Amino acid sequence: MAEITLRDVRKSYAKNEVVHGVNLDVASGELIVILGPSGCGKSTLLRMVAGLESITSGDVAIAGRVVNRLEPRERGCAMVFQNYALYPHMSVAKNIGYSLKIAGLPKAERIERVNKVAATLGLTDFLERKPAQLSGGQRQRVAMGRAMIREPKVFLYDEPLSNLDATLRVAMRVEIRKLHQRLGATTLFVTHDQVEAMTLADRIVVMNKGGIEQIGTPSEVYGRPETTYVANFIGSPGLNLLKGAGHPDEGVIKLPDGQQLAYDRNQWPEIGHGPVIAGFRAEAVKFGSGPLSARFDFAEELGIAKLLHGSFGGQAMIVHVATRADLQSGQPFLFSVDPGDIQLFDADSGRRLEEVRAPAASAKQAMPLQITA
Amino acid sequence: MIERTPVLDFVTHALLIVSLVALLIPFWIIFVAASHDFHTVNQVPMPLMPGGHFFENMATAWERGNFDRVMLNSIIVAGGVTIGKIVIAALSAFSIVYFRYRLRMVMFWLIFITLMLPLEVRIVPTYAVAADALRPFKAIFELFGISVGLPEWNLLNSYSGLILPLIATATGTFLYRQFFLTVPDELTEAAKMDGSGPVRFFLEVLMPLSKTNMAALATIMFVWSWNQYLWPLLVVTDQQNFATATMQLQKIVPGPVFGEPPIWNVAMAANLIVLTPPVLVTIFLQRWFVRGLISTEK
Repeated sequence: MAEITLRDVRKSYAKNEVVHGVNLDVASGELIVILGPSGCGKSTLLRMVAGLESITSGDVAIAGRVVNRLEPRERGCAMVFQNYALYPHMSVAKNIGYSLKIAGLPKAERIERVNKVAATLGLTDFLERKPAQLSGGQRQRVAMGRAMIREPKVFLYDEPLSNLDATLRVAMRVEIRKLHQRLGATTLFVTHDQVEAMTLADRIVVMNKGGIEQIGTPSEVYGRPETTYVANFIGSPGLNLLKGAGHPDEGVIKLPDGQQLAYDRNQWPEIGHGPVIAGFRAEAVKFGSGPLSARFDFAEELGIAKLLHGSFGGQAMIVHVATRADLQSGQPFLFSVDPGDIQLFDADSGRRLEEVRAPAASAKQAMPLQITA
Repeated sequence: MIERTPVLDFVTHALLIVSLVALLIPFWIIFVAASHDFHTVNQVPMPLMPGGHFFENMATAWERGNFDRVMLNSIIVAGGVTIGKIVIAALSAFSIVYFRYRLRMVMFWLIFITLMLPLEVRIVPTYAVAADALRPFKAIFELFGISVGLPEWNLLNSYSGLILPLIATATGTFLYRQFFLTVPDELTEAAKMDGSGPVRFFLEVLMPLSKTNMAALATIMFVWSWNQYLWPLLVVTDQQNFATATMQLQKIVPGPVFGEPPIWNVAMAANLIVLTPPVLVTIFLQRWFVRGLISTEK
């Protein structure tokens, strides 16, 4: 099996650096999702592992061997592309079997293996069709078959589901997960969709502006974001982030309008006086009564719940309410937040402040992810 | 844009029909002239309805023009030029689009500029090279003071002399380049991941995908090379063996011998013979031709 190691990997186009020194260790058989907004360098990173993009500096090693100078075919990776990239003039069978043909396998063996792969992907009835005669989901499966048939050490997915409709995306997600369990190949999966990342990943790598913000399991990334960027990016909605001033003597964060958010002093013993960013989940808000007051602006209907958009201490905030709440725009409402649900970040760097980890706290925060359309 | 305007419809159709008639009249006159005997065709005015000597004239023309041999020559030359152009154009476009090397764009523009330098402009140097294909190398060696006893390689009076100087094509290179640019990068990358090298990718992915392109190029180039007149006339002195069909026409239209009317009926019949192959090629390939020029197959 193959572990992947990235050591200070950088990529520049002319003078413009787009990937800044990425370090990453992927264990053999692990499924890593690289998550980030478009233009954050996640695809470039994947393509550098694949060998489709040259590496400006740093090392990429697969199974302990530095592959920087190797051709894609020598790296033992298979890749699934966003636009499927099927050969339009070849039938499904030929598309799937093309890499075997290049490898010079005898025809009988090729046909046998193509049939086997087609059977696992439910493509047996379509083997003679051309890609143009297939639906999006079928094309996606052909693309996966083409990757599978080589029995690669490493699977690379470049946003493979973003061209599919919502239902199909969920189904393909499950298939990819199953495939991963069966083959056990080391997998890198690039996406901008956090639901995909949360449901698929063993570990998530959150990228922003060419650098890694955080590496962690889905519940770590959701429950203990390392930076305000991750906090805001993960979860729907992301963490509410409010600027305020720390008052460690009283154990509160004072907002500009004088309201006070109490935090857990045992968890955050080293807060200084001065600016700090306080964060809490929309789901952690206890709506209806409490010491805090915010102004309601508008509501988003989710079916089983509502997201109330409001302003708290002059800053935007989202509250998740399960109850019926009929509010007029501009009307104030009362709420409270448990001190244990408050997370604190440095106001300048946006990094999570030093904390004493209580084992119970992280378990409590591992809430199910809200899936929205 | 789709509009429902009967007046405009009428005008456009009328225009199309008029143009079509204007285009077809010369062909009709050729056909009519080829179907009369010597005396009728020289009447003034010439009849506009076909007469009964068509096959007789065709037979005379075929024999007098030595078309057995000459048509074969023309097919070999036009076919060779067409194939050569397609291969050369595809290869040079492949190099320009898919490889990064120094002076790549310079090369492209050099090729592109030759669009403006047709054979007729550079016919003297081209003839010099055809007379001794190794002469440019000799000149280069002489420039550096090296004397190498290169043999003389004469291309005059041969099929290669008729074909090789004509196969470089800027138009074709450009057409292929434009097509290759529309091939998604992901396809190239998928081929790379599948372990395909550049040659295999070229032969097994790019070439099958550019079939329509090839047909378009083949049509244009076949007609173009079939109609070549000046170059064959220069290179071929052994007209018995290497004359092409277009060259042969000048022999059938007799020179102005005083007091003799030209034998238009046979000349027109020969014309018909010569224009048939390009017409057939165009008819057979036109479906592909249009597709290759206007769009890429999805």
